[in-house]
Amino acid sequence: GMESSFGSDFGSGGGGGGKLDPGLIMEQVKVQIAVANAQELLQRMTDKCFRKCIGKPGGALDNSEQKCIAMCMDRYMDSWNTVSRAYNSRLQRERANM
Amino acid sequence: RSRRGGTGRDRGDTGSAMDAPSAAGLGGADPQLQRFIEVETQKQRFQQLVHQMTELCWEKCMDKPGPKLDSRAETCFVNCVERFIDTSQFILNRLEQTQKSKSAFSESLSD
Repeated sequence: GMESSFGSDFGSGGGGGGKLDPGLIMEQVKVQIAVANAQELLQRMTDKCFRKCIGKPGGALDNSEQKCIAMCMDRYMDSWNTVSRAYNSRLQRERANM
Repeated sequence: RSRRGGTGRDRGDTGSAMDAPSAAGLGGADPQLQRFIEVETQKQRFQQLVHQMTELCWEKCMDKPGPKLDSRAETCFVNCVERFIDTSQFILNRLEQTQKSKSAFSESLSD
């Protein structure tokens, strides 16, 4: 009988022994990208909040330091979102002017 | 004698230091993968710049983290983003102008 045309089955996840599924690869790549972004965010947030909240490092994080860090985390997320929105608006404006 | 081409950075680029490779080289002949790579690369450029600007603008706009982001700080962040992009464009434009008038770069690159 007729063979199905090679490569017509994107993302179907079918058997086909060893044929790489582009759809699956793309999903995995997206996940890895998301993880990398989360790590980046965490790293920068930790840096900023350490600077803001920890003075002279003591033997443990005291209550005020912990409270500060918690607030700082939320404010950092607020800032990140504000920047993201502002940047997106600017890009839209640039495209509209082109 | 070969002339070095430009960096391949397009004018619309708002300052990413990373030159995206042509998607045609990656993903082979598969147009779906090519498109995917283009889109994800673009998204990543955006994300990276947000990370970078958040870090920079935090230094300029955030005093002591409070229970919420007050409107003055929020305005500062928005202005900061706009001025950062203005700065990036200014630098690119001026660099292009000085290259045109002095031809300093192309002379030192040509063999």
